[in-house]
Amino acid sequence: MKIPATKYPVERLTLDNGLRVVLTPDRSAPVVGVAVVYDVGIRSEPEGRTGFAHLFEHLMFQGSENLEKLAHFRHVQGAGGSFNGSTHLDFTDYFEVLPAGALERALFLEADRMRGPRLTEENLRNQVDVVKEEIRVNVLNRPYGGFPWLKLPAVMFETFPNAHDGYGSFTDLESATVDDAAEFFRKYYASGNATLAVAGDFDVTQATELIQRHFGDVPARPRPELPGFDEPGLTAERRESYVDKLAPLPAVASGWRVPDPIANFQDYLPYVVLAEVLTDGDASRLVERLVQRDRIVTSVGGYIGFMGDEYQVRNPTAFLLQAHMPPGGDADKVLRVVDEELDRLATGGLAPGELARTQARMATHLLRDTDAVLGRALPMAVLELQRGRPELLNELPRLVGEVTEEQIVAAAAALRPESRATVEVIAGANA
Amino acid sequence: MSKHTLPDLVPDSKIRLPKQAERTLGTGLTVIAVRRPSVPLVELRLRVPFGRAPLARATLLSQALFTGTTSMSSIDIAAELQAVGGGLSAGLDPDRLLVTGNSLVSGLDRMLEILAGVLTEPAYPADEVGTERDRLVDHIQVAQSQPAHLARTALLERVYGRHPYAVQTPTPEQVRGVRPAQLRALHADRVRPEGAVLVLVGDLNPEKAIDAAERALSGWKGTGKDSTVPPAPPLEPGPLLLVDRPGSVQSSLRMALPAVPRTDPDHPALQLANMVFGGYFSSRWVENIREDKGYTYGPHTSIEHFLAGSTLVVAAEVATEVTGPALLETIYELGKIASLPPGEEELEQARRYALGTLRLSMSTQAGLAGLASIYASFGLRLDHLTAYSAALAAVTREQVAEAAAKYLAPARAVTVVLGDAEKVEGPLSALTSVERSAE
Repeated sequence: MKIPATKYPVERLTLDNGLRVVLTPDRSAPVVGVAVVYDVGIRSEPEGRTGFAHLFEHLMFQGSENLEKLAHFRHVQGAGGSFNGSTHLDFTDYFEVLPAGALERALFLEADRMRGPRLTEENLRNQVDVVKEEIRVNVLNRPYGGFPWLKLPAVMFETFPNAHDGYGSFTDLESATVDDAAEFFRKYYASGNATLAVAGDFDVTQATELIQRHFGDVPARPRPELPGFDEPGLTAERRESYVDKLAPLPAVASGWRVPDPIANFQDYLPYVVLAEVLTDGDASRLVERLVQRDRIVTSVGGYIGFMGDEYQVRNPTAFLLQAHMPPGGDADKVLRVVDEELDRLATGGLAPGELARTQARMATHLLRDTDAVLGRALPMAVLELQRGRPELLNELPRLVGEVTEEQIVAAAAALRPESRATVEVIAGANA
Repeated sequence: MSKHTLPDLVPDSKIRLPKQAERTLGTGLTVIAVRRPSVPLVELRLRVPFGRAPLARATLLSQALFTGTTSMSSIDIAAELQAVGGGLSAGLDPDRLLVTGNSLVSGLDRMLEILAGVLTEPAYPADEVGTERDRLVDHIQVAQSQPAHLARTALLERVYGRHPYAVQTPTPEQVRGVRPAQLRALHADRVRPEGAVLVLVGDLNPEKAIDAAERALSGWKGTGKDSTVPPAPPLEPGPLLLVDRPGSVQSSLRMALPAVPRTDPDHPALQLANMVFGGYFSSRWVENIREDKGYTYGPHTSIEHFLAGSTLVVAAEVATEVTGPALLETIYELGKIASLPPGEEELEQARRYALGTLRLSMSTQAGLAGLASIYASFGLRLDHLTAYSAALAAVTREQVAEAAAKYLAPARAVTVVLGDAEKVEGPLSALTSVERSAE
């Protein structure tokens, strides 16, 4: 099966204030996606302010220079569009998808908050409350909350930026001040520290003019130096466990460090493919062995990056495996079998067709994601921010298809038990 | 200080429906194919009537549908699908068995062939069924520890009483008792093309795609059992049902209100009334309990359509200590929309949102496939998008007020709260009569 590719056009420009812009027109449906990405995330928040990058994301929706509180939401939705934002380890994104006729409105809204959000005590307290409810819904009031993305980094990493809980402690959230927010904005939300991507139904010349009109006079501020977050890898296995009082069944997750996703993409990409060889579908190695044959897990998943954003994460990051187990499940046994399967792959190689079929399925997933305008605007904005290469989105299906058996075997051989960090969920509920 | 003002919207172009074709095969299977060539893929949706099927068996059947055929193992099926960039999975709702999939468009024939094998020569091998049964039991146990699932379960029981929709998840014990032979029998009885609809959307020629489906699926034959579900009972308001979840740090607030099917003349006005009340972020209720009061993170409302009835569901997870106040504001906002007409501007905003999101949902292969498949299961086609858009555009303020009075009145609501009863019963009792769940 020949792996097809997309040919989304990519136009790049940089405004005088340093804002980097990516335009990817496609007239096939009358919709546009607009994404603004800032080069700051969970890893950059200060000690004593865990959760601040995410809290600040909320504050960016609370009004800006020309906009009252609630106006942003009303203007996007009143144009027939949808909005959201999300905070990752290395970046924070803000985005809208709208009927094509609302493009200029979206640009106005994003530019207005790039000039400055309205940071008030009242809005801050309100959003601290909202974020606490978000954490209760997603972490505290449900089984497996934050597993493994909030639980494993602390086992795997030593330094605060990599190890801390990115949702934040209630104490830290409640300690946040308007001054903290103003300083965070001043330092990180500079136009030169951001990218803007527009995808969908527009004319490039016209869109360029609109972008100049709205973003051109956003004051330039210096771009902060990009910190390095690297730290030494593990020299011995690490293992921790915790009781989840709401969880009826045990679970386990392991992480291994991988090559630098940006500086060393060539060596990194095989790990992305390996994750799928091991866990994508009933014919994958670990599903076949752990779920079907040995029946020691009920589900197993493999991916790269704690937020599953393998092409949008910087070093250091991890190859992750997570498994949910039946009652009385034995995490040691699961890990032993994983090691066995990795050894078998490292020594015996792949079966005929195994790599090609995995690559074909990965191509479908990649192509499918790009069918939505935001599936182009968002990754292109991040690829521009982190690599200066938004067109990489078009190339991924081919690059994935070029990964060789030798590379997969080498990647599998590198996932050794002694370099692994593991966190185990002890079931604390009486199921 | 800034010269920037809110730009006007460029008016939307007319809705353009994609190129499509439809054919009902001699076997009773309807095939709808839609061309959207944006990416070289195809999306597949198959809905098979499954109303009143025995719940535990039907649920396990949907989990075990791809465990093997007379000529292929589960691993063969998965590997052969992967080889064409494909994947298929199955799910169940109270009306239908749903198969969802996609592949590289060059793999369409192969995906259809494999699907045909699964539909016509299922084996339900004992070993694989055993694995899936155990996994389903574990999965249900995990679901039963999730507040959202527990709250929904309680609401369905309260709303539907003795109607088949009342229970939509089997118990672990029921699932444990299901045997492979029962799955084979249920499959033979119910997995039949009569009344089923297959939707294909992608980089395809619609007529040729239907030809391909006809070639591959001609051997799938037979009439299923009557799947007609009796009409859902009307809502019976009563005391608030309080389900205890000791130690819960949030309360799950759920309300059911009456609603009408998509084809009802009241539907567009009800949809807009729902939007103004709580059906999107810029609604009164969300602005009130989230953006003003900070009681909750993701409150939402939506109209749920089943074949035998529609319901408007209101849902929010609120901090335990503000459970009473959150109910108070919810009742207030419902009462307000049911008693007073909406403002012109807030209605226009809701209308533009409703119209815009229809366009957005048509803009991807997966979105179109979902719409075409859901519409088809209610006897509608994609041209409903055009008619529905026109209807939304024409709804008057008076019609919205009328619909709100008729459907959104808090006196008509069935309310369920799942939370720490010891802490929330008092505050809730101050607002309405409360009845503790027997469980």
